[in-house]
Amino acid sequence: MQDERVKGKLVAALRQAATVLPDDVVAALEEARRIERSPVAAAQLDAIMKNIGIAREGSVPICQDTGLQTFFIEAGVKSPYLERLPELIKEAVAEATAEVPLRPNTVHPFTGENPGDNLGRFMPYINWDLVSGDEIRITILPKGGGSENMSTLKMLTPGVGLKGIKKAVVDHVISCGGKPCPPTVVGVGIGGGADIALKLGKRAVLREIGSRHPEPEVAALEAELLELINMSGVGPMGIGGATTSLAVHVEYAYRHPASLPLGILIQCWADRRARVRLLADGRVEVS
Amino acid sequence: MERQITLPICEEDTRALRVGDILYVTGKVFTARDEAHHLMLARKEKGEEIPFRPEEMALFHCGPVVKRDGADWRVIAAGPTTSVRMELFEDHFLSAFKPRIVIGKGGMGDRTQAALEKEGAVYAHYTGGAGALAAGALGRVEQVLWLEELGMPEAVWIFDAERFGPLLVTMDSAGGNLYRDLEQTVSRNRQRIDARIGA
Repeated sequence: MQDERVKGKLVAALRQAATVLPDDVVAALEEARRIERSPVAAAQLDAIMKNIGIAREGSVPICQDTGLQTFFIEAGVKSPYLERLPELIKEAVAEATAEVPLRPNTVHPFTGENPGDNLGRFMPYINWDLVSGDEIRITILPKGGGSENMSTLKMLTPGVGLKGIKKAVVDHVISCGGKPCPPTVVGVGIGGGADIALKLGKRAVLREIGSRHPEPEVAALEAELLELINMSGVGPMGIGGATTSLAVHVEYAYRHPASLPLGILIQCWADRRARVRLLADGRVEVS
Repeated sequence: MERQITLPICEEDTRALRVGDILYVTGKVFTARDEAHHLMLARKEKGEEIPFRPEEMALFHCGPVVKRDGADWRVIAAGPTTSVRMELFEDHFLSAFKPRIVIGKGGMGDRTQAALEKEGAVYAHYTGGAGALAAGALGRVEQVLWLEELGMPEAVWIFDAERFGPLLVTMDSAGGNLYRDLEQTVSRNRQRIDARIGA
């Protein structure tokens, strides 16, 4: 009974993620429209704003690519839901796929088989972080294929330093052109190993637009990278204009002395996410 | 220049379209992504018939979200997918099936540009991600082909579109190419960026 209710809330959160763009993203797109001087680029942003409104009012997906459903979970080790949660998430994804509807996007890599419910081996993918307490906090990220295809890992030589990092990020975003549906959000993960740099980059994407890294040096790097990227003129949808990216978020880990891994994660303008708080007594909050 | 296009459109009229034109398309539009391109070209090679007339329609790089509505299908969201994936075979596809308008996002490569010039066709950009907006203009699902084999995103969906747009012509049959022009601007800007970084 309790499980059904929790699952229902997860389905509602999946619907919200697919259909309602978060306020911070809408505000950033409005600002991009306000400063745009190219009429063709402005027309792209107008279409985007119109589309966001239609999706919200009709409770229909913002984009036909409703993505791979990806979950980031901070799990309180004392939560009574820990054991059941993976199963509830799978059931919720299958239900949301039929109800919202979401596009069935999971495909067997060898046979091409599509089960039709967005499930499959390792899908939906859950990233776990164990934390103290009895509360579970979930961020749902429906990640589209077009922008994910533009994400990359560079194993830089440590000697290139911060300059080398800046150049690699800007060069990469420029080389993406219109493919990841700009204006994008760029998540940059620096350090750790190859897998950690990519994971940090994806985590950086989850942050709200307008948020800054708490460490001033990292926050300054975020602001500088954004300014450099927007000097490129790639613009909305890669047809030329003022705003190529809405935000750059940087996260880092300590690295091996011989390695400088750089993960660059690109998120499209439809920077969709939903957050769920699951309390120990069964209360669920979706935002 | 803003133009209302009613499909089918002939080669001569298509050759008059230029980069920068904004099109609103009324008539039949069919979707085809990687798998549908592959399948249709394979059938053609074997000399098999294709059960619709692509030459009378616009080709749309799109994998829509559609929902069963009684006996019919209802389109929920249908924005463009990244076109450059189809660069592998779009030139063959254009010469085999002769669609006059290719709709997608992100632009395409040199082989497609050459095929557009040879066949008399244009590539038009639709705002990526604007799936809910597109669904309103695409209207009724006329027909779906190879749904069982290919699945929802990859199947060929044929829509009866009403003023589908704005579609911005970014590659035309006279060699016009917005992406090439923009590349020059961006490469100039990149020099300023590199100077700032000190790299």
